[in-house]
Amino acid sequence: MGQKHDNWKIIPAFHPEFDLERCDYVNGCSICAKECSFGEISLRPVKGADGDVLYRPWANLAACNACQRCVKMCPQKAIHIRQRPMHTSHAYWTPYHVSNIWRQARTEGGVLLVGMGATGPQKRYFDSLMFDACQVTNPSIDPLREPMEIRCYLGKKADHYGGIVGPQLQLEVPIMFGAMSFGAVNLRVQEAGAIATQARGTFWNTGEGGFHSTLRRYKGNTIVQVASGRFGVSEEYLKSAAAVEIKIGQGAKPGIGGHLPGEKVSEAISQTRMIPEGTDALSPAPHHDIYSIEDLRQLIYAIKEATDYKVPVSVKISAVNNVAPIASGIARAGADIIAIDGFRGGSGATPLQIRQNTGIPIELAIAAADERLRAEGIRNTVSLVASGGVQCSSDVLKAICLGADAVYIATPVLVALGCGMCQRCFTGKCPYGITTNRPGLAERVDVEEAAQALKNLLYAWAEEIKELMGSMGISAIEALRGNRDRMRAVGLGSEELRILGVKHAGE
Amino acid sequence: MCGIVGIINTDGKMVDGSHIREAIRIQQERGNGLGGGFAVYGAYPEHLDKYAFHIMYEGNRNSSVVPVVEDNLMSQTTVCHSEEIPVYPNKKVPQGPYFKRYFLQPREEFMTPEQTEEDYIVDIVMSINKIDGAFVVSSGKNMAVFKGVGYPEDIADYFGIVNYKGHTWIAHNRFPTNTPGWWGGAHPFTILDKAVVHNGEITSYGTNVRWLEMYGYHCMLQTDTEVISYIYDKLTRKDNLTVENACFVMAPSLWDEIDRKGDGEKKYLRQIYGPAIVNGPFGIVLTNNSGMIVLNDRNKLRPVVCAKAGETFYASSEECSIRLLSPEVEKIWSPKGGEPVVVDLKKDTVWRVN
Repeated sequence: MGQKHDNWKIIPAFHPEFDLERCDYVNGCSICAKECSFGEISLRPVKGADGDVLYRPWANLAACNACQRCVKMCPQKAIHIRQRPMHTSHAYWTPYHVSNIWRQARTEGGVLLVGMGATGPQKRYFDSLMFDACQVTNPSIDPLREPMEIRCYLGKKADHYGGIVGPQLQLEVPIMFGAMSFGAVNLRVQEAGAIATQARGTFWNTGEGGFHSTLRRYKGNTIVQVASGRFGVSEEYLKSAAAVEIKIGQGAKPGIGGHLPGEKVSEAISQTRMIPEGTDALSPAPHHDIYSIEDLRQLIYAIKEATDYKVPVSVKISAVNNVAPIASGIARAGADIIAIDGFRGGSGATPLQIRQNTGIPIELAIAAADERLRAEGIRNTVSLVASGGVQCSSDVLKAICLGADAVYIATPVLVALGCGMCQRCFTGKCPYGITTNRPGLAERVDVEEAAQALKNLLYAWAEEIKELMGSMGISAIEALRGNRDRMRAVGLGSEELRILGVKHAGE
Repeated sequence: MCGIVGIINTDGKMVDGSHIREAIRIQQERGNGLGGGFAVYGAYPEHLDKYAFHIMYEGNRNSSVVPVVEDNLMSQTTVCHSEEIPVYPNKKVPQGPYFKRYFLQPREEFMTPEQTEEDYIVDIVMSINKIDGAFVVSSGKNMAVFKGVGYPEDIADYFGIVNYKGHTWIAHNRFPTNTPGWWGGAHPFTILDKAVVHNGEITSYGTNVRWLEMYGYHCMLQTDTEVISYIYDKLTRKDNLTVENACFVMAPSLWDEIDRKGDGEKKYLRQIYGPAIVNGPFGIVLTNNSGMIVLNDRNKLRPVVCAKAGETFYASSEECSIRLLSPEVEKIWSPKGGEPVVVDLKKDTVWRVN
């Protein structure tokens, strides 16, 4: 920086503290320093009792992101992460705003980048919705004793006998893994997702970074994406998967494109994305061949032609103000699936201001879209997939009650791989080896272990969903789709109730 | 908990309402006096080709709604005959709402080209049900529904059902658990000649209603039985499903079984009619002018017993009703969950339609 008075110096909010009573540095342990990918922990020489030089861990007070990697890996359980106050408390000028301004003033006027989904205080509507349960007048169903069906099919369906059912995705659990590209995450993460979804009978999404050749053996459970950068898109690519998804938007960054810096474009990424090694991978904000809905229709049908009408075509949009009429337009443009991504949806890298301030909650978006499609009598022509903020199995079921056919989860997938939610995915320094392709870091994901963790997650959520359904006396998940009658809201206003189509508790 | 009974003489033999009255009376334990009702087929042979509308008006014969509804009917149909439905108020069931019946034919000049006669009649039923204070109790040809608040045997006496004759009778004894006991909320529920009596609680109600709304059905009563009759109507009349397929849609086999059998037709039905699945405990008897269907939920969470004695077929929540009417019954069984029992009027019976 070189400023004379470094008034803007960022005081890191966190730092590790070492309990030297427990620490094993005297025997040469240096695991924490090796594990810290942000460069916060170094080793400092100190004189031992017998005059030897020992290296003890040292906090640099510069780069800690509270990822907890060192805490988890320390064999002696000798590390604590401490948070330090930035200034005296001010209800309005919070550390968040103050440090953001410092950061921008100090750097070269940079746009603040972050990873993961929006952190703001906006209401989580899922929490205001409570399920109904059977009492006396109808028996609840014990999923351990009675069959409980959670299979669903995504794709265009006729609304009367004799009509045509288009190509379908068969999901044994109504949860798919959302788009995370090779580049944003590494191949190990993608492969773990592919293995787990194949084992549990559902689907994972390649994201916009192409479909690596080594993963093509999982093509029956793969959705490939066509985004504005068209990375890796070829006729063969389109034909290599169970479904094709056109990505228009993403909940974490509605209305803007993406940027994978050239440094991250390794040989493997370059081959998969079909761009030269070391060049920036830029996804433009809009698709340059989609400037209106009729253009989208052409792309949908171009993909259908290329795939001989054998796979469903999905269109993914961010949840925005006009989500309902947009969804209707997409359905009429020929899409088989519409994926709506709420503002809580995650991202490997997104501008802070966009992430925090653009888009609407998925609960309201899915309710509005479902209602609109029904009002127009075209709900059957398209399946709805909700995403962006799903945190647990009950959120999945609430989204289905509001009108979704299935959900995408992505942040929970990363968390299931150990993600500590430090929100530094864009740095390529992911200490858990998830959102990085760096040698030495990426190996921290063991494909088999990771796949097992994801299988466990899908299994656990499926069991919880069955348990919830049983308590409501439901034995087939289609009986809950759009069944807003089985939920009541606590503490919502009449406008929110109207949009969600849910009655208030007590009514 | 509710009680249901169905009796059908497949040879078309006509019997009066005294049998069904006894059959449902013996199940008094299953109700609580907040609703009873009956449907009878073959009731109006003198008006065979006319839709028999039973309309309930809140208040008495001077209700201001009566002329509103009648203007509505006159403008859309030819009302060939109308009369008050005779009632016999007594200590157990004091004077209830005002009932009147109309025998009518649609005025074809008002039908749109894409409408069938039955679509046209359904639209009229829906429009009357939207009028506050009026409710169409039944609307089929040659059939009638009598229902109200009270124990079913007392409702039977209130309407004097022994004075009616029919080849098919169904009855219901209500123990309301979702909507308050009121005259319109008693069973059976009907649309055209389809009537349903139902013991159960539909946990898929919200899904079913929102699906039906897409096709112009408006569920006014907040009761699941109404939903079942509309689903059945949509499936069989509008979409021309066979009875077996319609029952499959409402209580489908498990995906595992469909997979095992490689049954493409059933997979297709479940895919397109997912929102019409009826979940939750139910036992229903569904009738129309050509026969009777008995159906249980997939998990068999409500009792239904079926029996056959000569040309007569019975369905009941309790075996005692059947034993009472037919001690010499030749076959009696409890149908499996989700497996419909379909009984048709014999082809040569004079009453059979189609």
